[in-house]
Amino acid sequence: MHKISFSRKALGIPYVIFLMLFVVAPLFVLIYYAFTNGSGQPTLQNLTGFFSDPNTLGTLFYSFGIAMTTTLVCLLLAYPTAYILATSKLKGQSVIIMLFIMPMWINFSLRITALKEILTWIEGNLAYYPFLNAVIGMTYDFLPFMILPIYTTISKLDGALLEAARDLGADELTAFLKVTLPLSVPGIISGVSMVFLPAMTNYVVLDMLYNSTYIMGSLIGSYFAAYNWHGGSMIALILLAIICLFTLLTRGAEDENPRGGALL
Amino acid sequence: MNQSTNIIELKHIVKKFEDGFVAVEDFNLEVKRGEFVTFLGPSGCGKTTTLRMIAGFDNPSEGQILLNGKSITELPPNKRPINTVFQRYALFPHMNIFDNIAFGLKQKKTSGNQIVKKVKKVLELVDLEGFENRKVSTLSGGQQQRVAIARAVVNEPEILLLDEPLGALDLKMRKEMQLELKQMHRELGITFIYVTHDQEEALTMSDKIVVMSEGKIQQIGTPEDIYNEPKNAFVADFIGESNIFNGIMTGKLKARFCGGEFACVDDVEEGTHITAVVRPEDVLITRPEDGTVRGIVNSVIFKGMHYEITVDSGKYEMVIRSVDPVNVGDWVGMCVEPDDIHIMIAEDHTNSFVVGVTKNNTLEYNETELDVSLTSIIRGSRETEDGGLLDANGVEIDVKKLRIRGEIQPQDIRLTDVQEDGLVQGYISNLIYKGDHYSYVIRTDIGQDFVVDDEYLWNMEDQVGLIIPTEKVNFSVKR
Repeated sequence: MHKISFSRKALGIPYVIFLMLFVVAPLFVLIYYAFTNGSGQPTLQNLTGFFSDPNTLGTLFYSFGIAMTTTLVCLLLAYPTAYILATSKLKGQSVIIMLFIMPMWINFSLRITALKEILTWIEGNLAYYPFLNAVIGMTYDFLPFMILPIYTTISKLDGALLEAARDLGADELTAFLKVTLPLSVPGIISGVSMVFLPAMTNYVVLDMLYNSTYIMGSLIGSYFAAYNWHGGSMIALILLAIICLFTLLTRGAEDENPRGGALL
Repeated sequence: MNQSTNIIELKHIVKKFEDGFVAVEDFNLEVKRGEFVTFLGPSGCGKTTTLRMIAGFDNPSEGQILLNGKSITELPPNKRPINTVFQRYALFPHMNIFDNIAFGLKQKKTSGNQIVKKVKKVLELVDLEGFENRKVSTLSGGQQQRVAIARAVVNEPEILLLDEPLGALDLKMRKEMQLELKQMHRELGITFIYVTHDQEEALTMSDKIVVMSEGKIQQIGTPEDIYNEPKNAFVADFIGESNIFNGIMTGKLKARFCGGEFACVDDVEEGTHITAVVRPEDVLITRPEDGTVRGIVNSVIFKGMHYEITVDSGKYEMVIRSVDPVNVGDWVGMCVEPDDIHIMIAEDHTNSFVVGVTKNNTLEYNETELDVSLTSIIRGSRETEDGGLLDANGVEIDVKKLRIRGEIQPQDIRLTDVQEDGLVQGYISNLIYKGDHYSYVIRTDIGQDFVVDDEYLWNMEDQVGLIIPTEKVNFSVKR
């Protein structure tokens, strides 16, 4: 009789199959489409086309603009909020945090539709301020993702460090600038990466706000809608490259601060 | 003139937290320039809170802190010429060693050259030359400790506060650092205020020890004073090992405790309730017939330099330190030299007694089972199906090794002349009228004395039973 030897490696097989089928294979399909033309010939046409077409480039910069502005606004709103929440000794602290997080649990389309109604009521016609509306919509949608990691980082900060700074002669402002702020950078990076990348691509928010401007996500969607899989794949690949670059850069910055990992 | 030698004075300091908890109560202390003062006490005694008030992290609810005669009570920490070495070092993880140490100097706008020089010098002092560019996370606990000290000392503070700075180090490292700190104190001439719960550390390092418990100062004195002449039972128990007995003065220079009458040197009025403290090394083992009290050897543990011997004498237990071994089960006598007995007038007359454990994991006293289970006195413990006992972490407790003490106040015990109704029986051996009640000493048949307050008059030699309500007894597990 043979004893069936069941190695731990065998347990990993389902995952490997899953990864092959749904991550690696599609990536190769994407690359294949990005570097071929309609008749299947290899070409760089899609790449050069993207960077020579003022319309696509314009969309790239416009998306960048929206993403940057959204991230900045989120950061400016989220940091003080997270800081106050994490440092105050309020009794209802957990309730307040709940209130900030709760929108994430309410259906996304419902929230944006409500926002649309409010903006229409204020502005009269949403078409007047497309950029502003895009930023408002994205900020409203992504703010909790900025607050949460920053809150987690600051609340995990060792209070003794601040006391040490004060003990060594720093006033409250200096202690904040020299200790709290640098040590909350990992939380900020976490928050930024959770807001910036979706803000470049999440065109559903714009669609639902009847916003006719194009961001990277809408661009890809339109290529595929027009059956130009090759061009669409290339844009998706370019976005992927940007994301990778961004992640590598922030990873590097995070290594500078070994302590204080964020939740998300 | 006396004023000028005191660097810091704490006057009637009270710290009450928002939830009403009083952490420090009427704390008065004067520290002389250059002294090494230690706050010693168990956790939660208010020692760290007091230190934090000196540093400026907490403000006292009442009272004043004077530095060189001037009040600094309201001054924020950054305005005080005082620096702290924190319990867990609190080094800035995002800065290298140089920047950590230079932090305080930069706040004082010291010139760059000066900073480099001073940091180099202080790193030499703590034996970490060349560590300027290292990251905090690459340092061992001991090295981080040194950096924390350097970071505080480099500012040349008038007072250095150290909050259990060696608590996170292993024993060997701790011993080394104790000596180094002491040496540093001598070299720098800075006043040190040191917080610890380790009595040995306090005795080794300090010029002056402030023993604290429950927010109050129990005793202030030199290490020798505190060890040799503890002011009360708490200090005696906390500093070194002690046998502590409740007793009564039975005559001139005569005290009765531990079931025997001992000659002593403290002249206390006859009839006074006392607490007697005997150090384990001061108990002499004799032949049974020569001892003041007698007992059976319960355990003998070899401790390297000596044996630690526990002798059961009636219901009392005596811990003895001796270089000569005895055997478990031996019947021995015990003597104490009169000047080795420390007599203190008892502030409270809490009756303390050792209780046993039955097979059902309940408590037992005088061969009577009490309606108290072990699980109710060991927090988080639970009983297993086969009658074992697990602690909060699920580790089995050896019930046989448990030593459980009960404590009850004199007014909670009732006397009855129906002796069988009492948990223990005895006769009245002493009585004092206390204005609105009588205070009795009952010598029980099992050899233990109880102090009982009762409003009714009984006579000397009356046979009585003692009713001890278990809900009024405070049970605790001895280590």
